[in-house]
Parts: sequence; structure tokens; C-alpha cells
Amino acid sequence: MTRMLIKGLDWIVGRFTRGRHVLRKQTILKIGLITVFLFLLITILAQYSWFTPYDPVYYRDAPRLEGPSITHLMGADQLHRDVFSRVISGGKASLIVAFGAVALSMSVGSILGWISGFTGGFLDRSLSLIMDAIYSFPSMILAITLVAMFGAGIGPMIWAVGFVYIPTYFRVTRAEVLQVREATYVEAIRAVGAGNVRIILRHVAPNTVNAIMAVSSFNLADAILTVAALSFLGFGLPPPAPDWGFDIQNGQKFLQSGSWWLITFPGLMIIALSLGFGLIGEGISDLVNPKRKRKRV
Amino acid sequence: MGGISRYIAQRFMLTIPMLLILLTLVFLILRVMPGDPVSAMLGGRNVSPELMDEYRHKMGVDRPIPVQYIEYLSGILHGNFGKSFRTNKPVVTELFTRFPATLELAFFGLFFAAIFGFGTGILSATRADQPIDHVVRIFHIGSFAIPLFWLGLMLQVIFAVRLGWLPVASRLGGRIAFTFQSVTGFYLLDSLLGGNTKVIADVAKHLVLPSITLGFAQAGLLGRMSRASMLEVLDQDYVTTARAKGLKERVVIMSHALRNALIPIVTVFGLQFAILMGGAVLTETVFSWPGVASFLVRSIEARDWPAIQGSVVFIAVFISAINLIVDITYSFIDPRVRY
Repeated sequence: MTRMLIKGLDWIVGRFTRGRHVLRKQTILKIGLITVFLFLLITILAQYSWFTPYDPVYYRDAPRLEGPSITHLMGADQLHRDVFSRVISGGKASLIVAFGAVALSMSVGSILGWISGFTGGFLDRSLSLIMDAIYSFPSMILAITLVAMFGAGIGPMIWAVGFVYIPTYFRVTRAEVLQVREATYVEAIRAVGAGNVRIILRHVAPNTVNAIMAVSSFNLADAILTVAALSFLGFGLPPPAPDWGFDIQNGQKFLQSGSWWLITFPGLMIIALSLGFGLIGEGISDLVNPKRKRKRV
Repeated sequence: MGGISRYIAQRFMLTIPMLLILLTLVFLILRVMPGDPVSAMLGGRNVSPELMDEYRHKMGVDRPIPVQYIEYLSGILHGNFGKSFRTNKPVVTELFTRFPATLELAFFGLFFAAIFGFGTGILSATRADQPIDHVVRIFHIGSFAIPLFWLGLMLQVIFAVRLGWLPVASRLGGRIAFTFQSVTGFYLLDSLLGGNTKVIADVAKHLVLPSITLGFAQAGLLGRMSRASMLEVLDQDYVTTARAKGLKERVVIMSHALRNALIPIVTVFGLQFAILMGGAVLTETVFSWPGVASFLVRSIEARDWPAIQGSVVFIAVFISAINLIVDITYSFIDPRVRY
């Protein structure tokens, strides 16, 4: 199964890289990609009732607060629901918000970074100061405050978490623009008559792709944790829906009585998914900067 | 004026525009973005539009934005953040009574992170590519992926509920809390001044799990950085010289390599502190720690607008101050940045 996945992965990546086998010997990257792929697959399938052993929301026949057993692999909660079914379908909000937020911050941050780097002068200086200010502020507190402002739910969470990451992309692209702007080859094509838009699209953007891919993988890993924290604090999906962060908050009430399974399993899912994205980031960083791997930083 | 005092003065002047931008940002987020505080506060409850308008007037949010902005800034300058709706006390008082709790937690969190991070970092750098190095590195990478609140809860389950070694939450045990007199707000300091060993032990026990929880993610980051930095330093000629002189390996690592390896790590401490404050929100919530961050969460739940704004401003000022201090400290360690 794993071997097939790796072969498939190799083939797909090969399509995008004109047949170069970039994944060869990139164990970390492969583990990350497979983890994330499995999570996506399970989460999508678990939205259909035939995939989960019991209905995550409406099933009410498990013994109340029973520990893990053969019929209920991860035990049951106080409302007689099957924890396993809830856990495998509980990643929906996390994944949607993480991808949405990163897409949002990537587009806004990169565009601002390009504009700022290219224009220079007062605009550049003030934008940089604003971005530094956002960056210096604790991202978790910023996200919570924004969600409090926008209201709970998936949409507001995308805006809040996305806003927090904008400075990261701004910095990466701006630094790249500043470097490319002065390069001799850019001067040359400018002399031939290329405009700013062409320079950005043909020369700046391709140069930033590597850095942005690594940064966004790390951001996805962080976003999974942030979304879990927001749901844990009660700013996520409304109650009956299965969600890891919210289910952990629910399990907290029964912690004193020793019901460890209510918090343990959703937490392990969060860790595995976040780690998956983190490993992709590590792998991409190794890939674009082979020195880094040799030095084993 | 000497080099160092000029640098401090310059750095201080730079903090002012930065802080102003941060405060303006807070204002913009809370006042100008869609949804005003009154509808956020009363929204969902069945309130007549007249009452909403009355509240708007009372809070001053019906005035033009520039006027509000000036009032907001002058309020901050005078240390006046308004009154909390929930507790009906001035927000500043609420924040300052809670601040020592947060600071105490942050200090011990960072302390744990430093010991654990540097320890594992040095361990794996000196045994590069041996099995222990691989284990430590997996731990370093994995520590980023662990949600703080979950770690806190798991520690509670294991060490408080199952084993019963440590208390589950809060800063003091029930009976001691009844008689405990706090002078500074830093309980460990207070208990040490009081000299009662029972109280000192109780306060210390309550600090263990929250500090580990808060410091854990930082420990991974510090460990990773100190490993990388240590590996770099161990390659230097002066380390080879020290070894050739016949010094003990322990002396080579501790006094020759480590001191130089630590320099680049100090720079990240400022940023670390911002992350630490974010982590404090979750740690304080899980451990019912009566600090600034849990006050913010409680205020958000209660839609207590002056308290939310006050807490966020307070944290912004605090972070700017920490960054200033870290930069100045760094200029002492590495004099090159002053010029």
C-alpha cells in the first residue's frame, strides 16, 4: 500500500518537474506527503456515513464514558457517541481553514511584497513597518481577537488565521524582489523593453516559489494547531459537529474522573497532521537547499 | 555620549513609532473592521435598537473615527483603559493584579525551555549522527506539532489525576490560598519571603506543570538552534586548539564552545517572548492560571469590550518593551551591533 502510494506520488511529482525524480532519497518529504494525503482521504471519506463505523453525531447507543474496547476502539463520550467515528471525521474544519488561510495570506502577502519591493520609497518603508508590527505581535492572541471580532465558524477563522500569516509572505517575496531588481539580467530585459508585470511574473515569481512552498508548509502545520486552539477555546464549529479541538475541550470536563481517551485520540490526530505538514516543509527546505541537509540543521 | 548610551537612546526612539503602529493596528482591528463592539457585545441577545444606540453613545463609538482614535491614544497615555463591564473595575487595575502571575509563569516556562533546549541541543550536537542524536532530533521536530493545551491536559491526566504527584490547576492549594498573603503578586517570591517551607513547596508544585507546558514548544526550537549553532562552533579552529591543549572534553564544550554557540540564540529570545505570550493564553486557560492571557479569553467570552481592548494594548506595550530590552542586552553581548 505504502509502496504504491510512493510510486503514485513519484509519478505525480514527475509530471510537474518534467520527469526529474526529485523525491528520490527524500524520506522526510515522502513521509510528510503520505501523511497529509491519508488525512485528506480519510477526512473526505468520513463525511459519508458508510465510511465511519457509527454516526459521529447522531449515534447514541455506546455505553456512557466507556473506555476503549473492541466495539468502540477509542471509547465513548458522555453523550453515548463513538469517539473513533468522531475522531476520523473531525479534521474537516482544520483542513479547510488551514488551506483557506494559507491561500489567503499567500496571495495577499506576496502581492503586497512584490508591490512594496518594486515601488520602494515611502510606501515600502511604511508597509514594512506595519508588517513588522503585526509580526511582532503574538499570533495566537491576534487570531483569537480577530475571531472574537468576526464571530465563530469556518469563514471567520479563515480570515483571522490568514491575516496573521500575511507578514511572513510579505517578507519572503519582498526580500526576493529587492535581490532580483538589482540583478544584471533584469537590467538587461528591462533594456529590451520588458515591463514590471512581465519581470514579476517571469523572473521574480519563479524565484520565490521554492521559499514560499517551504514557508507555506510550515504555516499549514501551524494553522492546524491554531485552528485546534481556537476550537478548544470555543471559537470553532458549533457544538454537535465533530471537531478535534472542540472534542478535547469537551473531554476536559471528564478529565478528573480519568476519561483519558476523550482527549488523547483527538490530540494525536492533531499532532500527526501538523507533523505531516511540518515534515513536508522540512523536506522542501532540504530539497531546495541541499547544503542544509548535509549539515543536518 | 558614549557608544552604548547612544545606542540605547536610538533604539528607544525607534520603539515609539513601532508601538504607535501596533496601537493603531489594534484600534483599526477593533473599531474599523466590520462589526462594531456594541453589536458584538449585545448581538444575539434580544435588544432593541434604541438600547444599542444608548450603549454606542455610552461607549463613545458613535463619534467620528478620528475623534475616537485621539481619545483612544490619550486614554492609553493616561493609563486609562476604561472600566470592565464584567467586573466593573478599571481595566488597568485588573491587568496589573494579574500581570505578575503571567510574568511568573513566563519566566519559569522560559527557564524550563532553556535548560531542556540547551541540554538536548548540546547532547545531540556532541553525539552527532549517533542514535541519541536521531532520537533528540525527532523530538525537536515533533515538539512543534504538539498543541500546548493538549500537552497540558495530558500532563494533568498523568501527573495529577493518575499519579497524584502534582496539583491539577491554579496557583495555590485550597487551604494555603485561604491564609496566603501576597505582597508582590509573584507567589514564589512571596512564599520565599514568608519563609514557610510548606507554602514554598505548594507554590513550587503548582508551577511545575504549567511551566513545562508553556516551555515545551520553545524547548524544541531552542534545542534545534543550539544544536545547529553548536555543530558550527565545534568545527572551529579554536575548539581543535583547546582539545589539542589536552583540555577535558567537558571543559572544551562548556567553556569554549557553548559560550560562543549561545550568541546567535539570544537574538531570537525577543521573538520567543511573543510566541510565549500566545502560548500563555492556552496554558493559563488549561491550568486556571489567573493571568493576563486568561483574562483576555474570559473577556472575549463575555464580550467585555473595554477589557478586550485594554488587554490587547497591554500585551502590545509589553512585547515592545521586551523587544527593546532584548536588543539592548544583545548589544552588550555582541558589541558589533552598536555600530
